[in-house]
Parts: sequence; C-alpha cells; structure tokens
Amino acid sequence: MATPERGASSQAPAKSLGGLLDRPEWLGPLMIGPAVLFIVLVVGIPFLLALYYSVSDISMGDRTMRFVGLKNFIAVAGTSNFQTSIVNTFVFAIVSQILVIVFGTALALALLREFRGKWFIRFLLLLPWVAPISLGTIGWLWIFDSTYSVLNWALEALGLITPQGWYMWLGIPYLAMGSVIAVHVWRILPLATVILLAGLSSIPQDIHDAALVDGAGYWRHLTQITVPLIRPIMLVAGLFGLVFAFTDMIVIFVLTRGGPYDTTQVLSTLAFFTGIQGGDIAEGAAIALFLFPMLLAVAIGFLRVARRAEVV
Amino acid sequence: MAIVETRDVLKMFGDVKAVDGVNLATNEGEFLVLLGPSGCGKTTLLRMIAGLEQPSSGDIVIGGQVVTALPPRARKIAMVFQSYALYPHMTVAKNIAFPLKAQGMAREEQGKRIEKSASMLGIGHLLHRKPRELSGGERQRVALARALVREPAVFLLDEPLSNLDAKLRTSARDELQQFQRQVATTTIYVTHDQVEAMGLGHRIAVMDAGRVRQLGTPQEVYHNPADTFVATFLGSPPMNLIETPEYSLGFRPENFLPREVYGKGDALLSLPCRVTRLEYLGSDRLVYAVTEGKLGGHRVISKLPSNISVFMQPGERHEFALPEKEFKFFDPHTGLRAAPRAL
Amino acid sequence: MAAEGTAKGRAGRAGSYGIIALFTIFSAFPFYWMLITTFKSTPDLLKRGNNPFLLNEPPTLEHLKVLFHDTLFGQWIWNTLFVGVLVVAITLLLAVPAGYALARVMGRTGEHLGIGIFLTYLVPPTLLFIPMSRIIGDLGLQDSLWSLVLVYPSFTIPFSTWLLMGFFKAIPKDLEEAAMIDGLSRFGAFVKVVIPISVAGILTTVIFTLTLVMQEFVYAITFITAVRNMTVSVGVPTFLVHGDVYFWGSLMAGCFISSVPVALLYNFFVDRFVTGFTMGAVKG
Repeated sequence: MATPERGASSQAPAKSLGGLLDRPEWLGPLMIGPAVLFIVLVVGIPFLLALYYSVSDISMGDRTMRFVGLKNFIAVAGTSNFQTSIVNTFVFAIVSQILVIVFGTALALALLREFRGKWFIRFLLLLPWVAPISLGTIGWLWIFDSTYSVLNWALEALGLITPQGWYMWLGIPYLAMGSVIAVHVWRILPLATVILLAGLSSIPQDIHDAALVDGAGYWRHLTQITVPLIRPIMLVAGLFGLVFAFTDMIVIFVLTRGGPYDTTQVLSTLAFFTGIQGGDIAEGAAIALFLFPMLLAVAIGFLRVARRAEVV
Repeated sequence: MAIVETRDVLKMFGDVKAVDGVNLATNEGEFLVLLGPSGCGKTTLLRMIAGLEQPSSGDIVIGGQVVTALPPRARKIAMVFQSYALYPHMTVAKNIAFPLKAQGMAREEQGKRIEKSASMLGIGHLLHRKPRELSGGERQRVALARALVREPAVFLLDEPLSNLDAKLRTSARDELQQFQRQVATTTIYVTHDQVEAMGLGHRIAVMDAGRVRQLGTPQEVYHNPADTFVATFLGSPPMNLIETPEYSLGFRPENFLPREVYGKGDALLSLPCRVTRLEYLGSDRLVYAVTEGKLGGHRVISKLPSNISVFMQPGERHEFALPEKEFKFFDPHTGLRAAPRAL
Repeated sequence: MAAEGTAKGRAGRAGSYGIIALFTIFSAFPFYWMLITTFKSTPDLLKRGNNPFLLNEPPTLEHLKVLFHDTLFGQWIWNTLFVGVLVVAITLLLAVPAGYALARVMGRTGEHLGIGIFLTYLVPPTLLFIPMSRIIGDLGLQDSLWSLVLVYPSFTIPFSTWLLMGFFKAIPKDLEEAAMIDGLSRFGAFVKVVIPISVAGILTTVIFTLTLVMQEFVYAITFITAVRNMTVSVGVPTFLVHGDVYFWGSLMAGCFISSVPVALLYNFFVDRFVTGFTMGAVKG
C-alpha cells in the first residue's frame, strides 16, 4: 500500500512554512497585519496630523508650521458662529436620533406582520438609505424649493395656507432646522428600522406566547417584554445613528449650507467651510477636533453595550 | 493501526484544569470509550489527541511517535464530529474525496477508495447529493466514509450519535460496532451516554473533573467501580450509597429486592424500609424508599423486574434485603474503593 | 395570534398598516418626485397653478437628453464604477483575512481588536479630511480618482472586516477542524473550506462596499475639483446646481437613475447584511 510513504512525505513541510500557517500565534497577526497597517496609515496618521494642525498656524498658502499651543481652540471657541454650531450640532443629532428610534421601533413592530407585497414595501422603505445621500437630498431641495415647493402646493390645496402665505422652508431659521432634521431622519430611518426588525425577529416566539398566556396586555407586552429584549440592538442602532448625525455634513451642506444666518451650521459644515473653502487649515482642524469628545463618548457607550451583550 | 498514548497530559483554560494529568494507552485495534458528564474534559482530551488543542504540558503519542508538536493533518487520524462537519458546498463524493485530494492522491486511486468506502457504508447511491439533502443517519454514514477513506491509523469520534433520534441511534450503534470490528482500527469514542459506552467499548475510561477515574472493561467499571463517582455515574438508576462515618456501602438497585424474593440459604443483609414512591417503567418497577432501623434515614432505590410481583404501595413498610456478595465498600473520605469489612 | 379576530386585533392590524403606509410614503415620495420631474416639460414644472403630482403636459425626454449630452453624467458614472471596483478589490484583499483572523484565530485578543477596528469606522471623514487633503496634495493625487481609491478603503475596510467577522463566526468551527484533520493547514482550511462556504457573505460585503463608495461625498468634494473626474454623488449636486439656474428636470433624472438600481440590488442582500452586522455586535 502506498499510504505510509505518502503520509511521511506530507509531514515534512509541516515543520517549515506549513508550520507557520498552522500556529495561531503566527497566522493571526499575519492575516490581520495588512488591514491594521492600512488603517494605521490612512486613519491613524491623518488623525495625528489633525491633532498637530490644530495646535499650529498652518494655512493653505503657507507651508511652514509653528507651534501655537491652544491658540486655535481659544480663537475658535470665542466666535459666535462656533457657539451656535455646537448648540446646533446637539439639537440636530439628538432630536433626529430620538425621532429615528421612536419611528423605527413603531415601523419595525408594524413590519413584523406578514402581508402581501412586503418585499416591495421594504424596497421602498430602504430607498432613502441606499440612494447616494447627496442625490436624495437634492430631491428634497426641489421639494423644499422656495417658489415651487410641492409641500406648499399641497398645504394650499388643503386650504391650510393662502397663496401669499407659502413657506420658505429653508429660509426661515426654525423651519430650516426642522427641514434638515426631517431629511436626516428620512435618511437614517431605514437602517434603524432594519436593525430593529432583526432584533425583534430574533426574540423567540415562545417568549411572546408565554407573555400572552401570562395575561400581559399590548402595552405591558411592549414595554416590559419586547422593548427590554431589543434594548442592546436599539442602543447599537442609536449609537450608530448618533455618529452619523454628529459627523455627517451632506444633508446640511446640500440643503442650507449652514444658513440662514448660521442657524443650521453644525461643527462638520463649519470645519469644511473654514478649513477647506476658507483655507484656514489650523482652525478647521481645531473645529473638527471638537467632534472628538462626542465620538469618544459614543465609542464608550458602544463598548459597554458590546460587553453587556456578550453576557447574554 | 496504532496505539494511542497520552502521557501526563494537562490542559489549562485560564485557571481551570480542563484535563488534569491524564495517562492513557489504548490497545492495538481497540474501541476505547471516554465516558463522563459534560465538562469532565473528555472532549478536550480527544481534541488534544486530534491536534486541535495543544496540551499545556505532557505528550500525545501515536504509533510510538510523539506527535504533540504536529498539526492535525500529520497525525494520520480521522475524526467524526458531533455535527458531522460535512462540507455543505460539496457533494457527498467530493466530501469523501477531500482528505485524499489534500494528500495529492492520484485520481484513479481516489475513485477506487471512494467507491470502496461508500459501498462499505451503503451510501453508493448518495454520492451526487449535497449534505443538506441527506437524512441524519445518512449524514453520519457519509462522515464515517470520509473518515474511513484515508485509511487512518486512529479513528476519533466525538459523540457521533447524539444528533440522531432515539430509534435511529440504536441501529446506528449496532452498525458502528460492526464497522469498527470489521476495520479493526484503534478507535477513541467520546460520549456522555453510558448505554453507548457499555454497548460499544472494549474498554471504558470514566472521566470526571479532568481525571480518569477508572479504566476498564464495561463489566469491570460496572461491577467493580473504583470509587463512588464511577459507582454512581454508571447504572440507571445509579448505585445506592449508604454513607456512615466509618464506611460508605454501595449496592446496585437490581440487587436490592424485597426480602421474600431471596431464598433462605443466601447470606443477606436485611433492611427495613418505608416506601415513598413507585415508578412503573414497563419492564421494571422502581421503588423509592427510606431505610429504617440500624442503617436508617438513607434514600435508596430498588429495581424490580416485572416478573417480581410483590405488592407494594407508598407509605407502607417493607423488608428489603441484599446479598452480602454484592456489597461494595468505599472510603468515606476519599471515595475510593475499600476492602470488604463487617458492618 | 389569539386576538386576530377580535375588534382589538382588527384595530391593531389597521394601526400597523397605517404606520407602514405613512412611512412608505415618507420614504418613497422624493423618489416619485424625481421620477415625475424627470418627464415633465419645463413649462409644466414652473407653472404654480398646475397640480404638481401629475403630468399636466405630455411627457418629455428633454431632461434626459440634457443629462447625457450636455453634462458629464456618463463620465461620472464611469468614474464611480472605476473607483468602486478598485476599492472593492482592495477591501476584500485586506478585510477577508482580517475578518477571519478576528473571528477564529485570535481568540480573546481578536474580540478586543475587532471592536477596536470597528471603532475606527466611527472616526468620520469630517475629522480626517483636512489633513487628508494635505497628504493627497503632497502625493500629487489631487483631482485624481486615485486619491479616492487610496482613501476610501479607510472606511470600507473597518466596516467590511466587522461584517465579515460576523459571517465567519456563524460558520461551524467543526468544518475547519474537519478540514485540518483531513489534511489541510489552518490557512488551507480557510482558503479551501471557509471562503467557498462564505461566498454569499462575501458578496454581501461587496454590495455594501459599493454602496458606501457611491454614497461618499466629503472626500470626493474635498479632493476633486475638475468636473471630468467627479463621481456621481458630487458631480450631480455641484455641477448641475451651480449658478442660479437649477436644471431641475435633469437634476432629478440624474438622482433617480443613480439611486434606484443600486437600491434594487441592495434589497436582495439586506437580510444577510443585518445578520452579519448584528452577529458581530452581539455574539462574543
């Protein structure tokens, strides 16, 4: 029989290269190394540079850099448009996230039922998330258009406003903030719904049946069984959404460019207008870095959820 | 064919000793069962023999060669997993061919081997199916065929019957035993099911808390348990234990019968008991009782075959007895088997 | 459900359908709006008295003609695909082994590292685009699509690694171990058994990497100023909006054409996507 020799020959390479590919302590770093290296190069280094720029006097034209300490931060923090931006960032992020979680949960609960055409409905519901956001927002720009807004036309047709009373959706401070929040909710809602729906579907039917047998009514069932069970998933969806809301500038950039009178200006747009369009790299970097504490808070929240979820 | 040895094998998971200095050696062509409750280290030991885990210390020896540092593929072993681990994206034929391809065997030779092992397990008609199109029993055979095809020196089986339903399991057990006796390859089989262990194994290694408590034939471990763990782990219901400060006395429920069943000539210990509960199991009747008198206050079980029709009901007192030759004494502190003594 | 036939059950069902209808309209209306605007003649668009929900005049292909002939829309689509394909290739090359190492090879360390990598996904372009624009400038890549090819993997790799880690965790360990016993090395088992089983998961990752690339806006608008080199997500809003005249018809046509086909593709994979996403998040 030929096997013994074959067996012997297959053992030889195990000691050289094959051996390396067998041992987890070598194989692991070997497989993950390139990805980590890449991330360090394109995320880590720019991040450190951002830190460095923020304490220097770099600008677009001038390539020399001097250390200026916290001067940029202090200068930035003193300006009124920065202070408005901070407040706006929080209002924008928190209001939109609360709406997203509430709407997303309601929608996910409704979608748990089976009905005909669910596939198509889900496709329509997912559209805002999948479509390139800058383009979807352009659609809204046309909907909110000051002269031809379909919203105004509809309100007038319903007799709620007069032809003279048409709203400037993006031109009046509170309306503008409401509009950008609405569009952001529109964009994030599909993702939150899909994630929450997955959480809801993962609850075993037995638990729902047990609650039914135990005599829980609709609200008790919802608040004491369903919502607590999907809370970790809810938190993941919420934190994810918060990051988007804190850092995303596309909706505001396209709809209002921060206006009117900076009432929708947030940190990310301000950093863009200052650092890239205004050419003041150092101040732009300093503004962007104010986002970092918030992201850190979100990251810590995320880690805690992840740890708690592991216990389950 | 080969002998498998483990030498002082120790495996730590963090601070936990999963396997605590195990020395075992199989015989040539033997069917050795590792039996124990879940978490006793039996699967970890098997995985170390397979090379899927590295021992923290100690050595694994297969066929006289120390293989501790070798990867699984170089150990000339085959393994059947609890889940069977059939490759879902390959047909049955490809699954069986997989170990041969990995060796770089010539195509014609592969074909011959596949045909041979498939016909041995009666799965020749399934070769073009995918695993998901097979029943549980068929999957198990395919897993065996895949293990068999490379003509390994050792078979390792990890609870291969636990995914089958009760009826199928009995017939699969039967086939598995015939199969092993036929190929006569050293086999190590892990299970927590004592019926499987007793029925299949040449010898059984009873494990608990990372140690081998006893290694012996099914008869030895059943009739001559080395300690109270083995005594109470094997048997259904388990051995009765009457624990006193000086000794622990063990006896099997099937030897503990109503006094009137025994003849006059036997050397017997009589134990008056109060019956607490009865269970009818068809072929047997279990009587749960509490002893009274000199060795009173212990819960005991008697297993009466259906041909003993002594009437009994809960609450009543009844005289039970057991032959003195069935006494098993254990040290009350170490739990180890002790020499016979007077009560 | 027991309550299905009762008045309460009927009310619940009506409530559910009401919610679904409301949000479906909310989600889909802008796309309906794009579609109908695409085919409306300009006079129809600009007459305030006309019912805007309907076509008041015969449909026209004028806007589509403008989009494809008078703008670089086709070029933008080509640019987007070019960047997308290269980014997908780089991402898979790095993220597939990384995801596997995190899920299977590295044990506890892998779990921590996995969360660490995911956290880098949370470091947003807004924080990085200022230094990044400098680096791109120093490399001489500004106004070049290669700048996007270089930078986009910075967010697609963390995201895909996380997703793939979830998929790999779902594969029974037994299969790899069986392959190792059957004669392969650990790495061999990964290549010959794990990857073929994970084709669906990898395909899902490809789709999602592609959508991330299509969505990206901040880097693209920072690095690319030449109209020829723009991607769809930047070209349509900047080029067609610039000036005071908005070409609403062509604009909406461009938006609709670049959104809906991807969305259709995405819908096929979304269940698997969520599985991978939450598997990575929840299973330890």
